[in-house]
Amino acid sequence: MPEVNGRYIPNAKAPRVPDNEEPAAERACDFRPVDKGYTKEMAIEEANRCLNCKKPLCVDGCPVNIKIPQFIEAIRAEEFGRGLDIIREDSMLPAICGRVCPQESQCEGVCILNKKGNPIAIGQLERFLGDQPELGSTPKIAPKNGKKVAVVGSGPSGITCAGELARNGFEVTVFEAFFTGGGVLVYGIPEFRLPKAVVKREIDGLTELGVKFEYNSVVGRITTADELFEEGYDAIYIATGAGLPKFLNVPGENLPKVFFANEYLTRVNLMRANEFPEFDTPTKHGKNVVVFGGGNVAMDAVRTAKRLGAERAIIAYRRTEEEMPARRAELHQAKQEGVEVMPLVAPLEFIAGEDGNVASVRVQRCELGEPDESGRRRPVPIEGAIEEIPCDVAISAIGTNANPFAELIGGMELNKWGYIVANEETGATSNPRIWAGGDIVTGAATVILAMGAGKKAAADITEKLGA
Amino acid sequence: MSYRILEKQQYSEKVFKFRIDAPKMAAHAKAGQFLMVRANECGERVPFTFANWNADEGWVEFIFMVVGKTTQMLSSYEVGDEILDVTGPLGQPTEIDEGRWCVIGGGVGLAIANPVARQMVEAGREVHVIMGARTKDLLLLEDQFRSFLDDDHLHITTDDGSYGEQGVVTAPLERLLQEKAVDHVFCVGPVPMMKFSALTAEKYNTPIIASLNPIMVDGTGMCGCCRVEVGGETKFACVDGPDFDATQVNWADLQMRQAAYRTEEGESLKAFEEGSCSCQK
Repeated sequence: MPEVNGRYIPNAKAPRVPDNEEPAAERACDFRPVDKGYTKEMAIEEANRCLNCKKPLCVDGCPVNIKIPQFIEAIRAEEFGRGLDIIREDSMLPAICGRVCPQESQCEGVCILNKKGNPIAIGQLERFLGDQPELGSTPKIAPKNGKKVAVVGSGPSGITCAGELARNGFEVTVFEAFFTGGGVLVYGIPEFRLPKAVVKREIDGLTELGVKFEYNSVVGRITTADELFEEGYDAIYIATGAGLPKFLNVPGENLPKVFFANEYLTRVNLMRANEFPEFDTPTKHGKNVVVFGGGNVAMDAVRTAKRLGAERAIIAYRRTEEEMPARRAELHQAKQEGVEVMPLVAPLEFIAGEDGNVASVRVQRCELGEPDESGRRRPVPIEGAIEEIPCDVAISAIGTNANPFAELIGGMELNKWGYIVANEETGATSNPRIWAGGDIVTGAATVILAMGAGKKAAADITEKLGA
Repeated sequence: MSYRILEKQQYSEKVFKFRIDAPKMAAHAKAGQFLMVRANECGERVPFTFANWNADEGWVEFIFMVVGKTTQMLSSYEVGDEILDVTGPLGQPTEIDEGRWCVIGGGVGLAIANPVARQMVEAGREVHVIMGARTKDLLLLEDQFRSFLDDDHLHITTDDGSYGEQGVVTAPLERLLQEKAVDHVFCVGPVPMMKFSALTAEKYNTPIIASLNPIMVDGTGMCGCCRVEVGGETKFACVDGPDFDATQVNWADLQMRQAAYRTEEGESLKAFEEGSCSCQK
């Protein structure tokens, strides 16, 4: 540790320790994790750059206010278990959030070191600790309080809420529609960005805490809120996630080989279509793949296409790179892997080839106009600037609408778009026994926000029912 | 949770029925809904419509025809074996409006037509059933239909004339419509059968619903694989359907999307038959 007379002197002029990435040419051929994460030495070197600000902006930048300077200080002191415990006071999923949070628009985005160069790699340091869960102290488990909670959905929000409640003495059952746990963490986010083993570790941890999982259980169909209460559940936490893909609403969208990203990603991530025919679910291996969208899902889809053998994999976005909501790391890694970014285009029509499958897409070239409500500059079509891009697989990744099962579960108020109306601070809904959080409340958002909502709801459920 | 096979019945060379242990599902199943099967660790997810269920005894049944790898493998499962994952009930139940019904089932669609017609009879409706198949051997569940229908209400056609009336289901449908014997039509089967049934019913201004069977992956509205154009709008068969107004369905689209993986399905079946994949029960 750099010290003068026992006082810590940050090594702020040192460059940020680069990500520990696999070589792009090699990793783009398979699904191995792209980022191997910091070694101990790298983590300590990076931690030594932290100014340990008196008024840390990073903590405010974190949606769940993780005590970032404190855990970084613990890394400096090589007290990794203590560092992990500090994170766990605010976040239950550091191994996951360290990998998938958009740090550049949260904690790292406000780091004071941005002014002098590069911010502290907070995400990398969080992940470094999160990947060594065995070092943390064993969480205290409250004695059983005799209350039962049903958690609907095993995505980041559901598993966080379930874990907190189990530690608070509740008997918790998680209902999951798929045959395995993790929700979007397993069907949506690819192995190369978030290894399944990391998610499984979280699920296994819950099982060890006594949380029960009922897979293949679509709440709203196999049971309803009322029935769960009749069965003796005292409360329900609904975290079904975002749902139906949004349509591009252009002709040809239903042609074979035009996918919604959710289907394209689920086939590979959950059903392992990349291992067909060893695994039964097939997918389409395009040579020329165009993905519409600019978020993380679009990045995941285009990088998956590359790994399935695409010679040309294009991200087509209606604004420019600067406005893309994707994590910077994903965009940077995608480009390293040979993904082409085509800014300022909007799809007009998918055109079928002789075999009936999509063969090209007509796009409208745009330029940036005045900012819209989101503050981002609006794409404006350039008259007459229409092009045709050949493609044998096209993927739409422009977001999702509300999950239709919220209505079928019943028992609480929904807004006009079908999302559950819930208190931001507590997750409480119009039904005093139902709480909700994550994307089914906020619309598609981030893993950390979903995790935070699960944590807040667990606290409120504990306060209301725990005694 | 285990989904044990309680009963296995073989109707013809390639058509089987499984009764599986699934008490919660049985308590919530309704006519027209479906379940999804993942047979083993490397299995794909395949939808099957409920053929029957019993809430008191805690079982559900589905019928399948061997057409690809998954169904081929399933056909080798015996009583006592377990299916790894079964999810359901999924989809909207069939709405049984007041009035007289004609239920049309073609080929393996008869497995779906049977419980729908039975539910209608149980709901007090007068029901005509038209059973269609390529040939006599592929005509499923005749006895099961006869158990709740008299001769006047059961109409049978085979393409080759090996049993019943020679021809296709639209001939008896047209007669029933001419005689004003039915107020609603329900059809399920191959796309051409449903398409021409829809055209026939439309000619007589009689509402007709079709139960569609596109390829599905998640079955809960998340992925959009099963999308189908109905009345110019994109719908998801898994959550908006599987029943839709048959006169509004874009049949060409549906048929193309159903066939999208034919090559891969052949490849998968070949690997299975040659034993080059490691799949087991």
